Amino acid sequence: MDEILNALTRAASFGTPLLLASLGAIVCERSGVVNLGIEGMMALGALAGFAVAYSGSSLWFAVLAAALAGVAAALLHALVTMTFRANQFIAGLALTMLGLGVAGLLGKPYEGFPLSDTALEWPFTLGAGLLAIALYGVFFYTRAGLLLRSVGENPAAADVLGMNVALVRVLATAFGGALAGIAGAFLSLAYRPSWTDGMTVGLGWVAVALVIFTGWHPLKAVLGSLFFGVLYYLQFRLQGSVAVPTEVLAALPYILVIVVLAVIGARGQQGNAPESLGRPYRRGER
Amino acid sequence: MRFTPLLNPSRWRTLQVSSLAVIVALLIVGIVFALSGVNPLTAYWEMLRGTLLDSRGLAEVARRMIPLLLIGAGLTLAFRAQFFNIGAEGQLLFGAMAAGAVALFLPITPLTLPLMFAAGALAGGGLALLAAWLRQRFAVNEILSTLMLNYGAFYLMLYLIGGPWKGKNVRGFMYSDEFAAGAQLPMIPNTLVHYPTLVLAILLAIALQILLTRTTLGFELRVVGENSSAAKYAGLKTSSIVTIMALITGGLAGLAGVGEVAGIHHRLLEPGQISLGYGFTAVIVAWLARGNPGLTLLTAPLMAVILAGGDVLKISLNLPFRIVDVFSGVMLLCLIASEIFITNKLVWSRAVKPTGSGGAS
Repeated sequence: MDEILNALTRAASFGTPLLLASLGAIVCERSGVVNLGIEGMMALGALAGFAVAYSGSSLWFAVLAAALAGVAAALLHALVTMTFRANQFIAGLALTMLGLGVAGLLGKPYEGFPLSDTALEWPFTLGAGLLAIALYGVFFYTRAGLLLRSVGENPAAADVLGMNVALVRVLATAFGGALAGIAGAFLSLAYRPSWTDGMTVGLGWVAVALVIFTGWHPLKAVLGSLFFGVLYYLQFRLQGSVAVPTEVLAALPYILVIVVLAVIGARGQQGNAPESLGRPYRRGER
Repeated sequence: MRFTPLLNPSRWRTLQVSSLAVIVALLIVGIVFALSGVNPLTAYWEMLRGTLLDSRGLAEVARRMIPLLLIGAGLTLAFRAQFFNIGAEGQLLFGAMAAGAVALFLPITPLTLPLMFAAGALAGGGLALLAAWLRQRFAVNEILSTLMLNYGAFYLMLYLIGGPWKGKNVRGFMYSDEFAAGAQLPMIPNTLVHYPTLVLAILLAIALQILLTRTTLGFELRVVGENSSAAKYAGLKTSSIVTIMALITGGLAGLAGVGEVAGIHHRLLEPGQISLGYGFTAVIVAWLARGNPGLTLLTAPLMAVILAGGDVLKISLNLPFRIVDVFSGVMLLCLIASEIFITNKLVWSRAVKPTGSGGAS
């Protein structure tokens, strides 16, 4: 019994950055914007959070700095894709390269130093869980949620009704960036209180997949991230104890992402995607 | 301030805008240099001095250019067909593994090297084909699948060199036995430039340009990418065209992997040592070439200078190699953001014509 409880707690902990990042991405994508740059924004958030905490500021400030770093990167995405109308997918990819690069470069002086004042894991986990419930409420029971969803489904109609499509999309993208940044801060302040280059280990990409996997639904995202959390837990738990090579276990989450996406595709569930996902909106254009 | 469309942008304009985008990117990276406490002018001077103005540096540029040219030329085709293959890194590793299998486990004959290239191309092409099939059959986004397959290839290589293919006399190290002499590519003396692969890369870039612009298949590929509904209407077999494209783009990445292990390392070793992120840097090579395989002959050397320059900065200014990712990210952002200036004119007046009169466009 204790074993199961322990496994679940660890899984929840592993799943926390995934849940935070994918909740942000759900809000962003519900407004019609795809931002594949989560991995890069997470790395920037992890570094910003660690750097601020390391300088002696309070952990609150560290988390805030992480969120702001994510927002800054997300606004860059908005600038490139909305003002300059660049392809959202490629922009996200570039943002990942840029985020990983800048974080690796500016983080070099911090590498290998421990944090004296580390954050607890559970407030992040609890916060992420509550946020999922709150987002569910906002999406389906408030006017703001309706506005967000209609901008993602049919921006032209939303525009006609007097909604500011561009503003909604910028705010949603920024929100996604903030949460990706906080997901990074969870890694560098609580989960493994330190900064190492590449510490996001592809979690950002798993979060991108998780959004599709959970059908853009915040409550299902809780289950989805718990599922991948269990997977990461098993990977550590089973190391050396079973006949399966370590490398196979390590590759498992990534391979499973593909399998899960294929299953979703086979069942035609990608119809849940917001109608205008990834499509830029210009007034008077179809 | 607004954009008005230009109907037929000239090539001259494309060149102007692209060059300007690269310059803006270099300025932005300069700011990043300054942020990390390095004088940007010093950094750029060091990069230039250590690469283009130095004979050994030039050889390093040539060495880095080989995989970039192969992968980049293949990627231009993929991007033309709207297939965003981000998995060249994994396809390169698959090529390296296939070459390793031939070199380590088959008898060495005069045909060993050609066989290694063939096996590598098949392995890399096969991996890209898997992603293409997943997209067509199950609507799996190819950016995600190819990225995840990169991780798969990474761990597979680690497993092989630490397990079944681990060398007999390497003790604690993670690599395979050395390839026999008959499975090694010749190099230009005193450099790491394995020239057979270089020649192959140049020929393939030219061949792909001819394929794209002078053959029916190339025409069909462009139609599928630019207007998929028109392609369907014209009765084109989209799936077989995408299949051929995936085999070419992955196959070239596989060839790059063969070149790296047969030309430079002469054994299989840790993935991070075989590729320095060539698969990702080549995305910029292809994008900068605006979908023209032939133009990668110009853009691959440019990115090779940046990769080789990253090495120089690591040694002379103690900067982490991640600076290359900063270059890649900023350049890609600037390039995609600049595209609108090719097809549109920037108008500064505020006067806006009433919309709707033009009808649905």
